[in-house]
Amino acid sequence: MSGNLSVGWFVLISVIKILIAVPILLGIVAYTVWLERKLVGHIQNRWGPSRVGPFGLLQPIADGLKLFFKEDLTPPYVHKALYLLAPILSLTLALTSIAVIPVGGWVTIRGARIPLQITDVNVALLIILGITSMGVYGVALAGWSSNSKYSLLGSLRASAQMVSYEVALGLSLVGVLILSGTFSLRGIVEHQLGGFWNWNIFGGGQIVAFFIYLCAAYAETNRIPFDLPEAETELVAGYHTEYSSMKFAMFFMSEYANMVTVACLASVLFLGGWSGPLFGPPVLQALLPVFWFFLRVLFFLFLYIWVRGTLPRFRYDQLMAFSWKFLLPLAIANVIITSLVVALRS
Amino acid sequence: MPDNYFARYLPLLLQVGIALALAGGMVILSALVGKHRYSRAKMSPYECGMTPVGDARERFSVKFYLVAMLFILFDVETVFLYPWAVLLKELKMFGFWEMMVYIGIVLVGLFYVWNKGVLDWSGTPRISVGTPAMTAGPADAPGSTPVFSAPVEGSRS
Repeated sequence: MSGNLSVGWFVLISVIKILIAVPILLGIVAYTVWLERKLVGHIQNRWGPSRVGPFGLLQPIADGLKLFFKEDLTPPYVHKALYLLAPILSLTLALTSIAVIPVGGWVTIRGARIPLQITDVNVALLIILGITSMGVYGVALAGWSSNSKYSLLGSLRASAQMVSYEVALGLSLVGVLILSGTFSLRGIVEHQLGGFWNWNIFGGGQIVAFFIYLCAAYAETNRIPFDLPEAETELVAGYHTEYSSMKFAMFFMSEYANMVTVACLASVLFLGGWSGPLFGPPVLQALLPVFWFFLRVLFFLFLYIWVRGTLPRFRYDQLMAFSWKFLLPLAIANVIITSLVVALRS
Repeated sequence: MPDNYFARYLPLLLQVGIALALAGGMVILSALVGKHRYSRAKMSPYECGMTPVGDARERFSVKFYLVAMLFILFDVETVFLYPWAVLLKELKMFGFWEMMVYIGIVLVGLFYVWNKGVLDWSGTPRISVGTPAMTAGPADAPGSTPVFSAPVEGSRS
């Protein structure tokens, strides 16, 4: 990085990057909901949203407006401060974690090289793990402060599930760290550039770790088949039963934003990030990596919905056993084998 | 571009600030915009139309505490692996064998809790099955809630 930029410009560029990234993330969140309703609709042999706009494309906007005008109820039996804090905490953390995700290489504007990433921190992976694991506070606080039985049961289930899969998730990343030798997400992607045989999932032999990561990530984001915290047939809506209006929508948005983060992280860690064929004029060459990256993210979002439309829900004891008795030993075995291979080679 | 420690983390701080403003703004705006019309039924906890009995903050299964404790143990152990993993290419076989000793200790711990039945969610809470506490009320013993109701057969320890 060259030192020809003053602090003022640096702050301005950072704010501009954030103001581009956050609306894009919110847009992806809104249209993931649309995509999910549409795809699940087709999987179940019906149309999904089709009335609001062409192909129901304006449905997310209509839903958002509707939720704003719904009655915003703060029931008298809740713990007011924590009840308000929980959705704010959830959404803030969900929107923050994309700050360290690199979506592409570098662009040069007026001689200044700017990374396509809000900030390139050298411990980005640790930061993202820290932020996402703090998400459990939003869920736990929401359930406890609501003072409703469904909420409490849902939040207890959710917290136990999230912390259980956190361990497997953390261990599945060790293999990637061994291969790339850095915590920086940009460094991890740059290590995988140049053909798909360089990706950690193939060339690194991390396909088992990828499977563990995917399972744990689905559980962390409370998605089917691990959606027991909000199993609607038994718990109504889980930890956000007592939330209405925009406060409910904020939990919803944070869940989908977390899905997007997890999809981004999966692309970065295992599928080579933005690596892909580059061609054409310089502008296209700068933008193609972003396209390849978003293509991977879209694939993961599609996979989420596909799995949701296909699989039934686990039982709670199966869920816990799957994490502790299957994924955890498997992840430790993966760490041992990967480290042995790397240590022998180096 | 300023390239020091502070400059790396400043955008992260800005991001937290903007996200917080957005989330706070949503809560405030929806409180201002939406209508407010109260009724008695709306003011009671939602229980599918039943009148709520007792407080929601009852005692719950000790399993959740156990899982939380196990999480702390194993997550800390995972975090210990991270710096080693990043440096393994320099540490080579020596680092590998050193870490094997550590992972061995972790595995002994895992199999200990496994054998003790901590990881079994069904079967162990035999005390709550059929005891008088179970019939006392709807939200008393955690074992009586349908969530963790244990199949009696095949219970161990």
